Amino acid sequence: MPNREIHFRIKRQKGPDSPPYWEEFKMPYAPAHNVVSALMYLREHPVNAQGQRVEPVAWDANCMEEVCGACSMLINGVPRQACATLVDSLEQPIVLEPLSKFPLVRDLVVNRERMFSALRQVKAWIKIDGSQDIHRHAPLISPGLQSIRYLFSRCMTCGCCMEACPQFHPDSTFLGPAPLGQVWLHNSHPTGEYHKEERLHAIMGDGGITDCGNAQNCVKVCPKDIPLTDAIAELGRQTTVQWLRDLFRK
Amino acid sequence: MAAKPRVIVVGGGLGGLWAALRAAENGVSVDLFSLFPVKRSHSCCAQGGINAVLDIKGQHDSIHQHIVDTIKGGDYLADQPPIKTMCESAPGLIRTYDRMGVTFSRTPEGIMDQRLFGGVKNKRTCFAGATTGQQLLYAIDEQVRRFESEGKITKYETWEFLSIVKDDAGHCRGIAAMNLHDMKVHAFRGDAVILATGGLGLIWGKSTMSTNSTGAAAARVYQQGAKFANGEFVQFHPTGMLGHDKLRLMSEACRGEGGRIWVPRDPKDARDPRSIPEKDRFYFLEEWYPTYGNTVPRDVASRAIVKATRHLGLGVGGKDVVYLDLSHHPRQFLEDRLGGILDMYRTFSGEDPYTGPMKVFPAMHYSMGGILIGWEKDETTGGMKLVSPKNHATTIPGLFACGECDSGYHGANRLGANSLLSASFSGIIAGDAVAAYVKGRKQSAADVPESFFEAERKRQEDINHRLVSSTADENAFTLHRELGEIMMEHVYVERDNRGLDQALEGIRRLKERSQRIRLDDRGQWSNQSLSWARQIQDMIVLAEVITLGARLRDECRGSHFKAEFELKIPEGKFRGDPEYEAFRAQWKANNEKWLKTTVATYSPEGPRIDFQPIDLSVMAPTEPRDYR
Repeated sequence: MPNREIHFRIKRQKGPDSPPYWEEFKMPYAPAHNVVSALMYLREHPVNAQGQRVEPVAWDANCMEEVCGACSMLINGVPRQACATLVDSLEQPIVLEPLSKFPLVRDLVVNRERMFSALRQVKAWIKIDGSQDIHRHAPLISPGLQSIRYLFSRCMTCGCCMEACPQFHPDSTFLGPAPLGQVWLHNSHPTGEYHKEERLHAIMGDGGITDCGNAQNCVKVCPKDIPLTDAIAELGRQTTVQWLRDLFRK
Repeated sequence: MAAKPRVIVVGGGLGGLWAALRAAENGVSVDLFSLFPVKRSHSCCAQGGINAVLDIKGQHDSIHQHIVDTIKGGDYLADQPPIKTMCESAPGLIRTYDRMGVTFSRTPEGIMDQRLFGGVKNKRTCFAGATTGQQLLYAIDEQVRRFESEGKITKYETWEFLSIVKDDAGHCRGIAAMNLHDMKVHAFRGDAVILATGGLGLIWGKSTMSTNSTGAAAARVYQQGAKFANGEFVQFHPTGMLGHDKLRLMSEACRGEGGRIWVPRDPKDARDPRSIPEKDRFYFLEEWYPTYGNTVPRDVASRAIVKATRHLGLGVGGKDVVYLDLSHHPRQFLEDRLGGILDMYRTFSGEDPYTGPMKVFPAMHYSMGGILIGWEKDETTGGMKLVSPKNHATTIPGLFACGECDSGYHGANRLGANSLLSASFSGIIAGDAVAAYVKGRKQSAADVPESFFEAERKRQEDINHRLVSSTADENAFTLHRELGEIMMEHVYVERDNRGLDQALEGIRRLKERSQRIRLDDRGQWSNQSLSWARQIQDMIVLAEVITLGARLRDECRGSHFKAEFELKIPEGKFRGDPEYEAFRAQWKANNEKWLKTTVATYSPEGPRIDFQPIDLSVMAPTEPRDYR
């Protein structure tokens, strides 16, 4: 017999400089709710468990199909996509908290700009000479390489791996697993490889790949099962080779 | 010396990112505005693929055929020269995406693979696993990030577009936008503005679209004088998965791989569907369409599902639900062919589609209509000029539109895998168009008096102030739910004039009520209720445009269906048969009357509708659509 109501315990905070507090909500049970659809109910009926009408909880969401990466939060302590987490699969009360490693905006909303700036830092793009048609394709890519690259190209910058990583936190400079995965992705492309050196240098300094403590938490929480630790291991090899090259070049 | 040209792009999906990239490549500085980090845009939801004729499958596919399929697929309602140029540009676009590193699925030889999609006879669709839209979006996102790191594109993420700023000549000179953190409104100058704000599925309450696809931005420029075209043309996908929050798309591939649509013969049958024997199941598509069965086209399937549920009262449990069943197939077969899709169903429903049927119903999926745009014809090719300041220009000088929020390319119905194409192509064309436009400008936006910007900023601040201080009684989220109920009831797969009149009445009542919204959040920090309240007000305005267009169009064309005005192809009759030729004559007479673009102009009393001719210079409408 399912619960007759859905019971939430939500960590709230009015803004970055306000103190956090906990608030509980109870709403009527319906089958097939996910965490976001339940939050949608609560924003229309923002009444807490004490029966007080309160400001609706703030949260992020968009695609609702686990492809956009917007709705990451801690659900019963685990970083995951709220849209793809079914209420029926969770212990109650369901405890919702914002990701703890990123600057808080409000309630469950955080600012993950640091991830996007890391993508700029590691030059996670293929350098093309203009977007016009040059009447040529990219070089051929084997189906085998394509299928491995595809695993990494589905990274939605959701931040779950960053949240789970012990080396990534507000006081560290570590780039974190997701941007490293994108370095591997772009280094593995036949044209992207031309600028492999720039990307490797970007991860060889402070906050780079050597900051990885090999805790392996990232792969455990990645909602897309991206083999991040394989990429980090391979990048470890690539950076060592690069280091030796740089040494001889001096 | 005039200031360096600077343009504003609103929206960071495929259309907006391409427009920003092209403007930047042309040496124009770009300010890019988005409600959220652009990488989270709705383009990432497109699964199936992108059409481009590569002719690599030995089927003698041709660009001409792509043009014909697109024109006929849209039931002739789209201007044809832009379609011609889009289809001709598609292979080059694909080559560029390939160079950007998109992980397109490959043949054993390592070249890009292509597959078959609906409404066409040849394999023409490039794809990247089951996440083609996500892969294309990320590729262009990366290129834009490169320009961002070089200082050529500046992103304003978590900013909401509220309005354009017009000068005294009525030219668009910038925008007013709200920072979604501190909720402050700022005015920004731009020598041109491109709107690339996507679809409007949320007007139906729930749709296959992302929760930010409200159409509010399009509604805002419409209320400032941009004309809106063909709003009544909306594609309903027959198999949307039911949900509290969204109707997730269950791909057409489910039916393609043998999925069967059924309902219990007795709607009160309360048994677990798995234990309902064959004799008590009604496979209505198979009974009604013995030739095609479950693989009838999207619009036919959607209409049949509505007939079974709403007309015959046979919906599962008496509700708007039918079963889509694949459980007769062996698990291994399903995992190999449809694994990703079925896993999504399992994730979001908690039910196992490998052993029992899925619950589905037609869902609002795509808006063919949108902001009316112009284009310049290339008289030598008969297509659209590739670079012209007239391309994708709205009816407000200096304001352009591209992507799903525009009205181009798809006419009355969109072909599968043509949306990623039109989103990308229209972004390229719009980006090049603004670059040409700003080079020809006489006065820089930097020289426009500050008073225009301050007045607009103040007007928008005042709207916010009124909303947060309102003591009235309406809940913005409840209004949205009710709007969705009206649209799903009356402006859906099948329409009739009585229902549409009721819908118009209901929408007008909602419009009044939406002026009495009271917010549960009156704060000035990350106030999502305030943002939503403004969006629902604008969604209601657009709902009226859509519904009035549907009310006035007394015919069946593409996705727009009114049984009362249906012209049926005589069964078993073909070209040359007298019955068929009589039908063709009727069809042509109907085209004389209705083969026109619906154009809505804003007035405070409600939309004014006119009809505009269509450029049919590529392929005259002599052959009715006929998928037999």
